[in-house]
Amino acid sequence: MTTLDSSKEIQKNNSEVNETHEDFRMFGLITFLIADGMTFAGFFAAYLTYKAVNPLPDGAIYELELPIPTLNTILLLVSSATFHKAGKALLKDKNSDSQKWLFFTAFLGIIFLICQLFEYFHLPFGLTDNLFASTFYALTGFHGLHVTLGTLMILIIAWQSRINGGRLTSQNMFPLEAVELYWHFVDGIWVVLFIILYLL
Amino acid sequence: MTISIDPQKTNNESLQPKGWLRYFSFSLDHKVIGIQYLVCGFIFYLIGGTLASAIRIELASPMSDFMPRDVYNQVLTLHGTIMIFLWIVPVVNGAFGNYLIPFYVGARDMAFPRLNAVAFWLIPPSGLMLVASYFVEGAAQAGWTAYPPLSITTPQSGQIIWILSVLLLGGSSIFGGINFIATIIKLRRPGLKLMQLPMYCWAMLGTSLLVVLSTPVLAGTLILLSFDIIANTGFFNPVLGGNVVVYQHLFWFYSHPAVYIMVLPAFGLVSEILPVHARKPLFGYTTMVFSIMGIVVLGLVVWAHHMFTSGTPPWMRLFFTIATAFIAVPTGIKFFNWVATLWGGKISINSAMLFSCGFIINFVFGGITGVALAQVPFDIHVHDTYFVVAHFHYIVYGGTVFIIFSSIYHWFPKVTGKMLNEKLGILHFIITFIGFNLCFAPQHWLGLNGMPRRVAEYDPQFQFVNQISSLGALLMAISTIPFLINVFLSVRNGKNAGDNPWNALTPEWLTSSPPPVENWEGEAPLVEEPYGYGKEISEQK
Repeated sequence: MTTLDSSKEIQKNNSEVNETHEDFRMFGLITFLIADGMTFAGFFAAYLTYKAVNPLPDGAIYELELPIPTLNTILLLVSSATFHKAGKALLKDKNSDSQKWLFFTAFLGIIFLICQLFEYFHLPFGLTDNLFASTFYALTGFHGLHVTLGTLMILIIAWQSRINGGRLTSQNMFPLEAVELYWHFVDGIWVVLFIILYLL
Repeated sequence: MTISIDPQKTNNESLQPKGWLRYFSFSLDHKVIGIQYLVCGFIFYLIGGTLASAIRIELASPMSDFMPRDVYNQVLTLHGTIMIFLWIVPVVNGAFGNYLIPFYVGARDMAFPRLNAVAFWLIPPSGLMLVASYFVEGAAQAGWTAYPPLSITTPQSGQIIWILSVLLLGGSSIFGGINFIATIIKLRRPGLKLMQLPMYCWAMLGTSLLVVLSTPVLAGTLILLSFDIIANTGFFNPVLGGNVVVYQHLFWFYSHPAVYIMVLPAFGLVSEILPVHARKPLFGYTTMVFSIMGIVVLGLVVWAHHMFTSGTPPWMRLFFTIATAFIAVPTGIKFFNWVATLWGGKISINSAMLFSCGFIINFVFGGITGVALAQVPFDIHVHDTYFVVAHFHYIVYGGTVFIIFSSIYHWFPKVTGKMLNEKLGILHFIITFIGFNLCFAPQHWLGLNGMPRRVAEYDPQFQFVNQISSLGALLMAISTIPFLINVFLSVRNGKNAGDNPWNALTPEWLTSSPPPVENWEGEAPLVEEPYGYGKEISEQK
């Protein structure tokens, strides 16, 4: 894998002993994402239970419009691919290419959020209208929070991949790999959410 | 991110405050963090214990004459929350886990030291916030379960502070869990195999899996509950079309595994203590490992046995009754293993051993009532009565807290380099054991005869038994005094312990007492047989 801050640190601390260990930061991140996934799993379980056992009040059956969320699904899937391109470019030491791909990925994330807000403003129901409305906003809002955080992190690593003085290089890929894994995770959650909330 | 380190200094000790001040710093040393967890937890134990005493004083008479009824509700809510989230979970996982796991895997620190320090420093502010909520329009009144609609209709500010505090503590718990999993799986010293690890590592691995898989669900649930309280949504509010049973499912999906989060580490700790003081190898290592993992898997699919009276459909009752009964099998295997470890051993009767034996007795009793409670007809009879209170105090106090004390007596010489006074320790055990059983055994009878829990007033016919219970609580409160005297005297004037006063074989005893920063002067020792007792005499001579 890549050269590590932590192993360097340990080597410095015990110069006589000279110990190293493998990189397990990615392992920690995966464990965290499993935990994060369980939060969504809880929300999905609650939503599906409500759908099965709690009938909505009369006249409150809302059909969700599909065009915007479908566009959003495509946006996120494309952004996963562009993020992957950024990683490949960085591995070949093409920092400016990598930065362009990262900015493009962040741009797609921002478009996603704008579409999401557009959808919110044009929906015929508000947060407290009924159980379905509340669950809809809670689920998409919690996911949107993840997209917002992801976009911010992409902008930070895009800034870090600048040619002069940036921390992100082909020798130090971890920040990019970590954010990439997180971004793929958020995309995966969106696909599940899209199927459960809009298609089912 | 990396701290710049002076190459002249071979460790980062120079960056940390010296002496007792380092316990108030953002230290990255796993041993300092372990002690921070332990002392912080013990302070909250004293607060939670004071609240418990207030409950028992109130219940010494049938009328609510000691405090108003709403204050009683706040006291019982704070007692439960503090004892679970600020004493048992942080101490039995955070304190002993942080102190011991790096030794056991042969590492110099945890996998993520900064995350570790963050996880600890989330606890004091959220604990203080929880206690302070009493002074802001009153604390939460809905019990530690915070069931809606009760938690939606009681005063809001206390409930919201309660939710915020539990969310922070849950975050701390998840960060700790990630750290333990990474340390045990990834940071093992080269040459150390998984099946050579001391049993506490396996217990912590299982516990951390439960933490990572179930705590986030509680977090999500509490976020939805806070929406119900603040934003007037109706997730759990039947008036607005919501469903209270969904809350109960999500809550118990965390809170039943939480019982194992509180008890599995204690199983691990007792597996370390018994072989040392019985001078025998731990009986049935492999079966112990598989029963821990069995408990982890089964522990995730038994939650609805808390909800047999919530309109649960018959198939669900059947499934959860059977699954719960199955958990008795791995647990039973562990108990037979401990008894077999003691069998024919050269047992030293000291405080650590006494508390461990007390644990075995109390926990078997709590386990038997647990199997009884899993049976639907019986559960419906005693649901929400004092029988349940007695059952879980036998598990959590008689089980886990006894092991916390046992572990303190066992590892105090390692942490401080001084021995604890054995006479005071045995006195502490006797008062605790008698007080505990006097307090909680009569509550089984109260529950079977129909005294509901969480009430400030009760039928006068129960007064005498309640007074016996309160007398037991008084003894439990008194039992803290010899313990505190013992600790304070021994830290200053205790007998020097030496590096290995118990002649134990697990790795933490192979370094000096107290251990140096980064644990070992040279390379970490490879301990292939942590329980090889009975062999060491021939090897040493």
